[in-house]
Amino acid sequence: MRFTRVAAVATAAALTFTLTACAGEDAGSDGDTGGAAKSFAAGSTMERLNKAQSVKVGTKFDQPGFGLKGLSGKPEGFDVEVSKIIVKELGIPADKIEFVETTSKVREDAIVNNNVDFIVATYTINDKRKERVAFAGPYYEAGQNILVKADDTTITGPDSFKAGDKKVCSVTGSTPAENIKTYVKDVAAQVVLFDTYDKCISALDGGQVNAVTTDNVILLGYIAKNEGKYKLAGDNFTKEPYGIGVKIDDKDFRTFINDTLEKAYADGSWKKAWDDTAGKFGAELGAAPAVNRY
Amino acid sequence: MSSVLYDIPGPRQRRLTLILSIAATILVLAGAYYLIYLPLDEKGQFSMELWGPLIDPSNENFVLVWERIWVGIKNTLIAAVLAIVASLIIGTLLAVLRLQLKDLAGRRYADLSAPAAYLLRGLGTGLAVLTRFCVEVFRGLPVVITIFFVARGFPEFGITLETLWYLVIGLTIYNGVVIAEILRSGMEGLPFGQREAAVAIGLSPFQTTTLILLPQSFRIMLPALISQLVVVLKDTSLGFIISYEETLNIGKQIIGVLSNPIQVYFVIAVLFILVNYSLSKLAQYVQRRLARGRKTAGTAAQVPPAALAAQADGSAAAV
Amino acid sequence: MNVLIDKFDVFAGGFWLTLQICVLAAIGALILGAVVAVLRISPVPPLRAVGTAYVTVFRNMPLTVVMFFAAFALPALGSNADFLRIPGLDVVFTRLGTDLPYFRFALIALTLYTAAFVCEALRSGINAVPPGQAEAARSLGLTFGQNLRYVVLPQSWKASIVPLGSVIIAMIKNSALIGFFGVVGDLSQSADQLTSAEGYAFIPVAIGISIGYLIMTVPLGALLDRIERRQAVAAR
Repeated sequence: MRFTRVAAVATAAALTFTLTACAGEDAGSDGDTGGAAKSFAAGSTMERLNKAQSVKVGTKFDQPGFGLKGLSGKPEGFDVEVSKIIVKELGIPADKIEFVETTSKVREDAIVNNNVDFIVATYTINDKRKERVAFAGPYYEAGQNILVKADDTTITGPDSFKAGDKKVCSVTGSTPAENIKTYVKDVAAQVVLFDTYDKCISALDGGQVNAVTTDNVILLGYIAKNEGKYKLAGDNFTKEPYGIGVKIDDKDFRTFINDTLEKAYADGSWKKAWDDTAGKFGAELGAAPAVNRY
Repeated sequence: MSSVLYDIPGPRQRRLTLILSIAATILVLAGAYYLIYLPLDEKGQFSMELWGPLIDPSNENFVLVWERIWVGIKNTLIAAVLAIVASLIIGTLLAVLRLQLKDLAGRRYADLSAPAAYLLRGLGTGLAVLTRFCVEVFRGLPVVITIFFVARGFPEFGITLETLWYLVIGLTIYNGVVIAEILRSGMEGLPFGQREAAVAIGLSPFQTTTLILLPQSFRIMLPALISQLVVVLKDTSLGFIISYEETLNIGKQIIGVLSNPIQVYFVIAVLFILVNYSLSKLAQYVQRRLARGRKTAGTAAQVPPAALAAQADGSAAAV
Repeated sequence: MNVLIDKFDVFAGGFWLTLQICVLAAIGALILGAVVAVLRISPVPPLRAVGTAYVTVFRNMPLTVVMFFAAFALPALGSNADFLRIPGLDVVFTRLGTDLPYFRFALIALTLYTAAFVCEALRSGINAVPPGQAEAARSLGLTFGQNLRYVVLPQSWKASIVPLGSVIIAMIKNSALIGFFGVVGDLSQSADQLTSAEGYAFIPVAIGISIGYLIMTVPLGALLDRIERRQAVAAR
C-alpha cells in the first residue's frame, strides 16, 4: 500500500504540476463546493492529500456511536462522520478514505510516525498530548462518568472508590484510566485495565468489577444497547474536549480543519452527523464548542 | 510404549476395566453437565440470539459474520505463510552462519602474518559472540514483546510499514532464531564421520555444511520444524495487540456488535484446533515416513539423540 | 535512560509479579501435566481419551483464546476462582488473595495451557525408557502403578528434564500475555503503561523490560544446555 500511494502521489504531482504551480497564495480559500478541482497552498498538507486523492484517517474500531467497525467491515459513528466532513472539504470522495484503527495507546505514535494523516478517535485534548501532537477543534465536549448496574446505589461518584472496596474497569492508555487512579486507594486491587470497553462490560456483568469508567458518551452507548441494565452514577466529573489530532507543526492543516468545523457547525452537517450516530443514544449534543486556534 | 506398561488384561481385569470405563465416562459427563452446561444455560449462553449469527444460515447476520471471519482467516494465513517462509530462510542462513563462524573461530591462519591473523581471528570470534548474543536475546524474549518492540521501535527509526509487516517481522525474528537453533542442533547431532568424510573428499567447510550437514539436519528435524509452524500459526493471533485484522481481532469486532463473546471465541477456538490438529497429524505422518525411509536405507544410526528430539518438541511449547 | 532509574520500582514490581505468576503456574502445570500424562498412558480407555482430548485441545489453541476463556467464560460459569485463595499462600503471593480475580484467571489459563506441553514432555521422557525395562518389571509381576512408580518414572525423569525446562521457559515468555487480560502491573503491562500512558521514551523502556525477561529465561536456558550436554556425554 505504501508503495502504491507514493507512486500515486508522484504521478499526480507530475501531472498537475504545471496546473498548480501558478495557483499562488490565494488558494485554499473555502466556500466552493467539493471535487478534485479544489486548490490549496503549494506545499501544504491539504494540497498533498488533494493531489494524492487518498487519505488515511485514524479512528476507533470498538466505540459504539463514535467509531465501531460493524459486520459490514466499515467503521461507523460520529468520529467517522466528522472525518468524512473534513475529507469532503479536502476535495476527496468519501470512498477514498482508508480508516486505520488507532487504539487509545497508539494515537500519538500514529501521528508522529506518519501512519495516519489525522485522527478523529474520541481524542481528548490535553497538555501532555500537545507536547507530541497538535489538536484542531474541539468538535465535541464529553466528560468522564461512571457506569454501574441499574440497581447499584452504593456508587455515587468517583469518591466512592476511596474506601477501597469498589473495583473499576477502564482501558489501557486512556485518560479516564489515568484519572480514576487518583481516586482509588489501591490500584492493584481496584483497577482493571483491558484493551477494549467490551471486556470491561463483560467484567461488570460477571461481577468482577463494580463499575466501568470512561467518557459519558461512550457509556451512554452501552446503556442504550442494553435497555434498563445499566445507569450512570452521578454527574460528569471531568471535561473531555474531543479534538482532531494532526502533526504538531502543521498549523495550516489545523487552521483548515478548524475552518471546516466552523462551517459544519453553521450549515448543520455537524448536527446531522451527530443525530445519525451517537445522538441516537440520547446524549445531549449541546452548543457547538468554540474551536481553539492556539 | 503405554502397552508395555501393563499385561494384556485377563477376563477379570477386562471386567474391571469395563466397570471403571463406564464409571469414568459417567463421571466426566456428569461433571460437564453440572459444572459447565447448567451454569451456562442458566445465564442464557445457549440462546439462539447469541449462537444464531454463527450457526444459523437463515439468520440475517450469518453471511456478514462469516464474511468477516473469512477475511480474518485469510489475513491469519497470509501473515502465517509470510512469517513461515521468512523464518525458514532466516533460520537456515543463521544456522549456516553460526556453524561457519564456529569453524572460523577455531582457525589459526598460520599462513598469514601475525597481525592479520589476530585481526581475522578477532573478527571471527567477535561475529560468533555477536550472533550468539542475538540468538540468546531473541530466544529469551516473549514473542509478544518482540512484536510490540518491532511495531513501536521501527517507527522510531523512521520506518513505517503496514501492521502486517510488523507482525511478520516480529514473528520472523523469534521463529527464525528458534528454527536456526533446531537446524544447528540437528547438524551438530550428526555423526562426526559425516563431516570427516566430506573433508576427506575435499569439500570446503561451507560446502560441507550446505551439501552434507544441512540436508540431513532438515530431514531429521522435519517433525520439529512442522510443529514450529503450528507455533507460528498460533502466534499470528498476537496480531491483535498491534491492531492487525487477523481472525481473533475480527472476532473482537464481531463481539463489539453482537455481544456474544463466548460463542465467537468458541468458534474461533474450534477453527484453530482443526487447522493445527491437521498440521500436527501431518508432522506425525512425515515422522513415520521418515522412520520407514531410514529403516530401508539401513542407517539407523541417524536417529536423533532423545534429548535433541525432545528439545525440538519442547520448543513447540512457545505460544 | 532516566526512566530506568526514575521508574526502577515499576520495573522491579513488574518483574516480581511476573516471577510470582510464573512460579505458581509452573507448579500448577507440572502437577496437572503429570496427572494428564498418567491419564494418557492409563489402561482405562475413557481416561486415555480424556487425556488425549485435553492435550489436543490445549496444544492447538492459541494461548490468547485460553486466556480469554479463563477471564470471561469462568465468570459466566459463576466462578471467581476463589479456590485459589489458598490460606498461607496468598500471604506470599498477595495477588492470589485480592478481590480482583484476574491474577487467578491468568494463573488458571497459563496452568491449563502449559500442562498440555508438560504432559507431552513427560511422555517423551517415558518413551525414551527402553521398553525392555517395563517388560522386565511386568515379568516380575509389578502392577501398572508399581511399574510406573518404581521402574519407568525414575528413569524417564532424566530424559524429561530438558524438554520440561524448555516448556517452562516458553511459559515464562507466554506470561507476557497476562497484561492484556486484566492483570495490572506485570512486566509487559508496565512497558505498555510507561510508553503509552505516561509517555516515556520507548527504547529505554524496551531495554528495561527485555532485561527483566532475559534475567528469567537466559540462565534457565544455559542451565538446560549444560544438562543436555552432560547427558549427551554420558550417553556416549
